[in-house]
Amino acid sequence: MASGKYMLKEIKSLIVKEIMLEWKQKYAFNGLLLYVASTVFICYLSFKQIIDPPVWNALFWIILLFAAVNAVAKSFMQETRGRQLYMYTIASAQSVILSKIIYNLLLMLLISLINLLFYSLFIGNIVQDMPMFMLGLLLGSAGFASVLTMISAIASRAGNNTTLMAILSFPILIPMLITIIRFSKNAIDGLAATVNYQFMVMLLGLNVLVVALSFLLFPYLWRE
Amino acid sequence: MKISWWKITAIVLVLYSIVAGFLIDVPRLPILHETIRNLFFHVTMWFSMIMLLIVSLVNGIRYLGKADMHYDIIAEESARVGIVFGILGLITGSIWAKNTWGAWWVNDAKLNGAAASMLVYFAYILLRGSMDDEHKRARISAVYSIFAFSLMLVFIMILPRLTDSLHPGNGGNPGFGRYDLDNTMRMVFYPAVIGWMLMAVWIVNIRVRIRKIANQFG
Repeated sequence: MASGKYMLKEIKSLIVKEIMLEWKQKYAFNGLLLYVASTVFICYLSFKQIIDPPVWNALFWIILLFAAVNAVAKSFMQETRGRQLYMYTIASAQSVILSKIIYNLLLMLLISLINLLFYSLFIGNIVQDMPMFMLGLLLGSAGFASVLTMISAIASRAGNNTTLMAILSFPILIPMLITIIRFSKNAIDGLAATVNYQFMVMLLGLNVLVVALSFLLFPYLWRE
Repeated sequence: MKISWWKITAIVLVLYSIVAGFLIDVPRLPILHETIRNLFFHVTMWFSMIMLLIVSLVNGIRYLGKADMHYDIIAEESARVGIVFGILGLITGSIWAKNTWGAWWVNDAKLNGAAASMLVYFAYILLRGSMDDEHKRARISAVYSIFAFSLMLVFIMILPRLTDSLHPGNGGNPGFGRYDLDNTMRMVFYPAVIGWMLMAVWIVNIRVRIRKIANQFG
């Protein structure tokens, strides 16, 4: 394992690599945009306006969940075997997983903001405490990104299919999803911030746990 | 055929818990009535399942350390048998819920945690099935089981404490724990737990031996 300072540099250049790759093949990102937009549009046609907070909230997070699975699934599956071997020789496993998690977090943040935009535009915005809801988006994106990055690594080792990705990730995303849905429901209802402290602590704890586990376990997936 | 003492203990304890479980005098409590006997059957299933899943997790970790296929076989078989105990736990719980709560399933943190854990272990078995190379399968499924188990632990241990639960032992509902103080029930419950756990170990033991013989003959 590389020393701390060297590792930071390595992670930084790996993230830059991811962003440049994404920029080069814009179709992947544009595809996600279109995915979110058309899902929201379908929901708009089926529901028209939603004023019931639980339904609004649940639908929002379910759309985001599916977008997240699609967005993060490609983080390992897209890479060819040759490129993975090359990365293996030049970078440490820990840097690779951390850089992928950070990159996916940025991607998820962007997607969740775009989702919120389309969602407010078509289905209506009923959120009363917007800063708190944004905090929920941040915590939720971080959770989805970190869990799904690790699952994507596992699925890519096991035959690269997206069904596997969904099967492996949905059950372990449930705790996160339930907590984040409760959290943002409180934000929608505009409840006092103190109500949400326990959920915030829980989400932060889950995120730290997932990143720590990825850090420890990814080297076993990486070596072949 | 040589039968070890612990297998005899398992048979005796399980038979005793079934016979005594239906025959002893139980406290007559409102709503629960005779269904309190489910303690001997439902709770023991979950205890055995949790024990087997921990065995599976520990053997997954040992495999990652030593890369010995022996650990992988134990990890897989204990997960499989754990799933069977989990399904039995769901069935006994569901029948009990129908008779006390009036529904086969209610939306409750504990029940949902149990269902999600079952889904995780089904996914684990499916993941194993998707790979042919046995060392790769062992390594990757061990990584998944450690990852998933840690997250499920959070789900089952912490989330129900944040919310109220209908399940006995939570949110002011009558808990079995209080009635364990009843000494006659305790005399059946503890032997039942030990008996079913030994039974679970025995089943895994047989399955591991079958797997090893099958491996020898290709």
